[in-house]
Amino acid sequence: MSEILEFWGEWLPTLLDGLLVSLKVTAASLALGIPLGLVLALAVKAKSAPLRIAALIAVEIGRGTPALVLLQFTYFGLASTGLTLSSYAAAVAALAACTGAYTSEIIRAGLEAVPQGQSEAAIAIGFSRMDQLRYVVLPQGLRIAVPPLLGFSILIFQSTSLCYAIALPELMSQAYSVGSNTFRYMPILILAGLLFAAICIPATLLVSRLEHRLDRHTR
Amino acid sequence: MEALTQLARGVPWTIALTLTSFLLGALLGLGLCALRLSSSRVLRALATGAVLLLRSVPPVVWLFIIFFGIGFGYVQLPSFLAAMLGLALITAANMAEIYRGALSGVHRGQTEAAIALGLSPRHRFQDIVGPQMIRIALPSAATFAIGLLKDTSVASLIGVQDVAFQVNALAQRSFSGTGIFVIAALLYIALSLPIAALARWTDLRLRAKVAR
Repeated sequence: MSEILEFWGEWLPTLLDGLLVSLKVTAASLALGIPLGLVLALAVKAKSAPLRIAALIAVEIGRGTPALVLLQFTYFGLASTGLTLSSYAAAVAALAACTGAYTSEIIRAGLEAVPQGQSEAAIAIGFSRMDQLRYVVLPQGLRIAVPPLLGFSILIFQSTSLCYAIALPELMSQAYSVGSNTFRYMPILILAGLLFAAICIPATLLVSRLEHRLDRHTR
Repeated sequence: MEALTQLARGVPWTIALTLTSFLLGALLGLGLCALRLSSSRVLRALATGAVLLLRSVPPVVWLFIIFFGIGFGYVQLPSFLAAMLGLALITAANMAEIYRGALSGVHRGQTEAAIALGLSPRHRFQDIVGPQMIRIALPSAATFAIGLLKDTSVASLIGVQDVAFQVNALAQRSFSGTGIFVIAALLYIALSLPIAALARWTDLRLRAKVAR
């Protein structure tokens, strides 16, 4: 047992470097993906039919394709057209696209949960369509969308482990390379799993507490 | 055209992996759900912890632990079996949560009436509560199964020759451009359609059985 702890202690800094990369990719993907999701959510509800259909297709393809295939596309596929992205850029591009597609549905559900009377009242006091969104619908709709968005963020953090496939030195790649150097896969993979759990378990519990809280207010 | 046939060779693996891991996981999930609701506090805490842990560690990590971790020095499982086990464990945790939610949707009066009729605990579940639970769980289970279909792509990383594996092989070998990825994406979407259709059809049939 103490021998395993020693092994863990020796390689923990390497895994923590990987964890930092995972967290950076998560943050960048969410920072780009959630605004994209908002745009897609509004486009899916737009008046213009071509815009609506284009957004719908983008959302369905983004949600229907495995994140791993999206990653292979941004890293290997785009390279064959001459657009070579670094593994970091490819990871962020793929996961941001994935985030955009999924969060657009979450945000749309949030916007739809805002009672109709709210927009009617905004129209009645003479708000333009833009102001109606900005001051009335979005503040209420986005608040409803916060818990599921946080839950989704945890999933995106977990998906960064797929970037192992495109040689991004994140947590999973680091664990695997330590494993193949030392031939001790089991302890290092378990340590990687524990690091994921150490972040995701508290985050999951916090999100479900927040959900209960908001539930109490809306009821 | 040649690329298409190679892509098609991945389809049976993707379908087989989705089906086997879902069925195994749905079964294990039933047990896990029973433990979560058991009257023993120790069992309940263990099951809750297991569900949380299984869902908090990404699928890739589970698959690698089973394939490489157990594989080096313990038992080397074939990649398909390793992927199936890993995905089934994750499915079990998620299905346990889905069952639990569905059970709370079955009216308490149903259990009370079954007790009043003198049914044994086994028959109470098998004949009264279970069928209703399954009907309520179905839509969430279908959503999860579609997610699982996409998660099976992770198995390509340990060498299962599924759709994602073939796309990757094609992309690295021939630089066949972006078209192959679009086809793969459409293929995954096409594979998810029967799951959605099956769920809708079963839901309608089960609804028809409920006299209301």
